[in-house]
Amino acid sequence: MLGLLALVIRRDLVLAMRRRADILTTLIFFVMVVSLFPLGVGPEMEMLRRMAAGVLWVAALLSSMLSLGRLFSADYQDGTLEQMMLAPQSLSMLVLGKMTAHWMVSGLPLVLMAPVLGLQFDMPAQALGILIVGLLLGTPVLSMIGAIGAALTLGLRGGGVLLSLLVLPLCIPVLIFGTGAVEAITAGLSVASHLSLLGALLVLALVFTPWVTAQALRISME
Amino acid sequence: MSLDIWMRENPLTYVWLGSYAVALLVFAVEVAMVIHKRKITLRQVRLMREAGDDARDEGAA
Amino acid sequence: MAINWFKYSAPTTFYGLAGKLIPWFAFSAALLFVIGLYIGFAVAPVDAQQGEFYRIIFIHVPASILSMFLYLVMAGYAALGLIFNTRLSAMMATAIAPTGALFAFISLWTGALWGKPMWGAWWVWDARLTSELILLFLYLGFIALHASIDDPRRADRASALLAIVGSVNVPIIYFSVKWWNTLHQGSTIKYTGTSMHVAMQQAMFIVLLACWLYAIAVVLARVRSIILERERNTVWINELPEVRS
Repeated sequence: MLGLLALVIRRDLVLAMRRRADILTTLIFFVMVVSLFPLGVGPEMEMLRRMAAGVLWVAALLSSMLSLGRLFSADYQDGTLEQMMLAPQSLSMLVLGKMTAHWMVSGLPLVLMAPVLGLQFDMPAQALGILIVGLLLGTPVLSMIGAIGAALTLGLRGGGVLLSLLVLPLCIPVLIFGTGAVEAITAGLSVASHLSLLGALLVLALVFTPWVTAQALRISME
Repeated sequence: MSLDIWMRENPLTYVWLGSYAVALLVFAVEVAMVIHKRKITLRQVRLMREAGDDARDEGAA
Repeated sequence: MAINWFKYSAPTTFYGLAGKLIPWFAFSAALLFVIGLYIGFAVAPVDAQQGEFYRIIFIHVPASILSMFLYLVMAGYAALGLIFNTRLSAMMATAIAPTGALFAFISLWTGALWGKPMWGAWWVWDARLTSELILLFLYLGFIALHASIDDPRRADRASALLAIVGSVNVPIIYFSVKWWNTLHQGSTIKYTGTSMHVAMQQAMFIVLLACWLYAIAVVLARVRSIILERERNTVWINELPEVRS
């Protein structure tokens, strides 16, 4: 079971490494969106400091949408996905592997990049720390919810925009708890409840989304 | 703002025009769309049926 | 007395039954609208705090309730269609979505119009208004997904799964939005500041009933078109009087 998971993750990571440009585009998009905000709203540090968490989270949300289309499409086009569905191993497990690999390729870089961007907004160190913890807990959920949308829109024309339309409303709780945690620490309150709610979302997503995504893939492939 | 003053002077007109007229308009549009859809589908189905009949007639002849 | 419910779950019999029921639902909906609005505007007294403006609730609250209920009903039909593979339930889910979206729109629109005289702003980021907006997004996602898949079977099943995922998410979204709203205490609004007069309750309830009947009538009419479209190659459709003429 775990061997299979590791195998799928390693395979997807190797494939992703062959197309490093894709990873970079997502990251550059993230940096650009975040950098556009001060240009749009003005350079007052006080305001930027207050907006920082929200801006970073929304930008992370948008950039994770960007790479979702690629989650299954390559495997769908070359027929690998069909083989995976015929395989005796559980499809949910394979899907979980693909989700994990996708997060490592598109979510993790954003998390690592976030502190640098946070400094642009003059975020205090404490708030930055919580932002990172929140992103670490939250971005996997985005990848997992996004996978459902990616499976449902597999092979459709105009899939990318449609995908965002389906997935973004479902991601709102992650956004709220993620930014809420940063605001709580800035206000000197406890962040335990926000982070544990994010953790609960992560556990829920881990339990349900692989299975739901597998069902969605079956619907899209039949 | 003039709208603010107007709405306070004519609250009932505001309520009627703003909410109820819009809601009834939405209902009217929806009903019209449903009726239109019904007409179009019926026409389509009739066309299909006639085309099928013609094909069958030609086959018999 | 065992009624064969499965008989009516077949599109063949349901088509005729729906055709017979629609005029009744439509007529009683119109009648109840008139009665409800008469009570709402002529009988119910002016509210001490909100003046005449409160009369928006007679459409606002029923529209909000229906938009939420219709989503659940839609998800229910979607689940039935997915599990038991019944054709009709999937068609029902598809037919409900536009009506639900329109009710969500009416609820947002009337909410904004109520907000302007009450709080001085067209839009307040209050938990209920925000959740309603997200609900509208969920409806639009369902409709968009269904519309962009050409194969009707895949469209039904894919959007059904989306509706189920959405309905699981709705409580989480509502809870998180409420949480977010209490965190930013800028706009805590109480809708029911004063106790409601009996006539107000009656008017609201009657309009709610009218909206239900209206929704049923429209959904049935839409489902009949969908049945016609999907089953146009079958014998029974070609034997229908409206098709033959």
